[in-house]
Amino acid sequence: MEISGFTQEQLDVREAVSKICSKYPDEYWMEHDNSGEYPHDLHKDLAKDGWIGIALPEDLGGAGLGISEATMMLHTIAESGAGIAGAQSIHANVYATQPVAKFATPEQRRHMLPDLISGKTRTCFAVTEPNTGLETLKLRTFAKRDGDSYLISGQKIWISSAQVATKMVLLARTTALEDVKKPSEGLSLFFIDIDKAAPGIELKRIKKMGGRAIDANEVFFDNFRIPADTLIGKESQGFKIVLYGMNAERCLLAGEALGIGYAALKRATDYARERNIFGRPIGQNQGIQHPLASAYMHLEAAKLATYHAAKLYDNSGIDSSITQHAVGIACNSAKYLAAEAAFTACERAVLTHGGMGYAQEYHVERYLREVFVPRIAPVSREMIMNYIGEKALGLPRSY
Amino acid sequence: MSGLRILVPIKRVIDYAVKPRVNRAQTAVETANVKHSMNPFDELSIEEAVRLRERKVPVSEIVAFSAGPPKSQDILRTAMAMGADRGIHVVVEDKDPQLEPLGVAKLLKKVVDEQKSNLVILGKQSIDDDAAQTGQMLAGLLNWPQATQASKVQVEGETVTVTKEVDGGVETVRAKLPMIITTDLRLNEPRYASLPNIMKAKKKPLEKKTLKDYELDAAPRLKTIKVTEPPPRKGGVKVEDVDGMISKLKELGAL
Repeated sequence: MEISGFTQEQLDVREAVSKICSKYPDEYWMEHDNSGEYPHDLHKDLAKDGWIGIALPEDLGGAGLGISEATMMLHTIAESGAGIAGAQSIHANVYATQPVAKFATPEQRRHMLPDLISGKTRTCFAVTEPNTGLETLKLRTFAKRDGDSYLISGQKIWISSAQVATKMVLLARTTALEDVKKPSEGLSLFFIDIDKAAPGIELKRIKKMGGRAIDANEVFFDNFRIPADTLIGKESQGFKIVLYGMNAERCLLAGEALGIGYAALKRATDYARERNIFGRPIGQNQGIQHPLASAYMHLEAAKLATYHAAKLYDNSGIDSSITQHAVGIACNSAKYLAAEAAFTACERAVLTHGGMGYAQEYHVERYLREVFVPRIAPVSREMIMNYIGEKALGLPRSY
Repeated sequence: MSGLRILVPIKRVIDYAVKPRVNRAQTAVETANVKHSMNPFDELSIEEAVRLRERKVPVSEIVAFSAGPPKSQDILRTAMAMGADRGIHVVVEDKDPQLEPLGVAKLLKKVVDEQKSNLVILGKQSIDDDAAQTGQMLAGLLNWPQATQASKVQVEGETVTVTKEVDGGVETVRAKLPMIITTDLRLNEPRYASLPNIMKAKKKPLEKKTLKDYELDAAPRLKTIKVTEPPPRKGGVKVEDVDGMISKLKELGAL
């Protein structure tokens, strides 16, 4: 990757984080992918040196940097060979806490975030439901007011790290869908403790294609009691609040995709340089070289789109000429472009390796399995097309 | 005594993990577009200075110093993120005549006088030139005691005890401050700069100077005639089994 053009902050982040990640080589991630064991050590090391709080306010123990730097952090983690699994072991703690930091009361912030920054606690992020994936406004999980508590009932799915997290950023309905007056209202955001031994909550781990070191779960709530003071911001405003974290999440995912894409490309080019057949390195053949050259250019282009989006996200708070409309288009485009460029790089890396690409010990098959995550999540390619068609091109809404 | 005034000179070098290449004109190692970092031995020096303070040895100041191109400020920031209190950067552009160990030692002597340092911790060598001379020359110029290749440093009041690794074992020496220490690999394991400390380091003072400020005549005394890469390694031989290996070694006169 070409690194000229990054800010000194971004380069500092890249340097320091790659040092920490160098303790966790590809073999570590291969073993954890095979065993399904959670990579606790990396989270611990990153927390110890203050990295979880990279984009959280300084008064809480964070570094007060932006998504431009957080994206570089996750990009660097993924590129180290940790892939999406390594990045996922911390990323919810980075982006799902953004709306908490912005909309919680000072007392809630002091209560909720410093332990998370220091690594004492971890959070997961619970929005998606089995019957309402991308249709966030139709979420059904219900939070019913009961004195000083809410009782949560319903089901969430694809909740990563819920097995190891003790906190959860939860989006739930507080006004029944029929009674909602404005379509964007009716949902509320909570930052809650999840004690898995408590009555009313049950987790079921989902077996999946890649990133198997990181648990993904179905979470079932049945009158799970949470204190009322875990509500973040105003009741019914949860959707608007959570949106604040979503564009950040798109940037981070784009960075993670770039990281795994560059890692795959490096393995492919190293192999193409060293693998000799018919008396010459295979990388001397244009049939091998050109697909890799093209993958490189696409990654570089996606890199520019990604860091451009992160910059818009960060600057939108201080520069009123940057609209949320522009931020949304930039972040969605970046996520799409980075995921597709990374997928191409991973696929070509496997093919460049020939039969060896299918073997675990060359690691590219693991990258290929994991790169589907940023293609699918947190929003599908098709929904991004819908969004761009409508918002950037002004075409009639298609869904 | 008000506490140690530690000076830690550091150098920006090609990263240890990079395979150096000689430039086409065979006059030097290619440095353009190559990753650079702090000389690893200098990281040990910074780490040791910071650990002295953490061990409650009275340390009034840790100053990191570097003479080198504008980019050297990056490693000074790293040093400050690791725990140095401030930095001094003597800017020597790439196009300027480069400093030799004696030039650096003369410059450091002036810095020591200016900063009133009473302990200088240097890497025993920098991994680019491997001269391993600067610390010793500085001790000579200052007429201070020196303990080279330190693997352990203990400070009690004015007395410094240093364990050094020498051929065939370890040697323990003792001297009174002020003194010079050069560091060896087993002295400590340098920390990674934490994010809050990286942020703090940006606010620590970094003074920019030039060789002129120190009125130093540091004209090179040596002229590089030619730089070449070592001859490529010849391929080895494969043997069938242990007996085969032993007879091969005997044949080659190695046994």
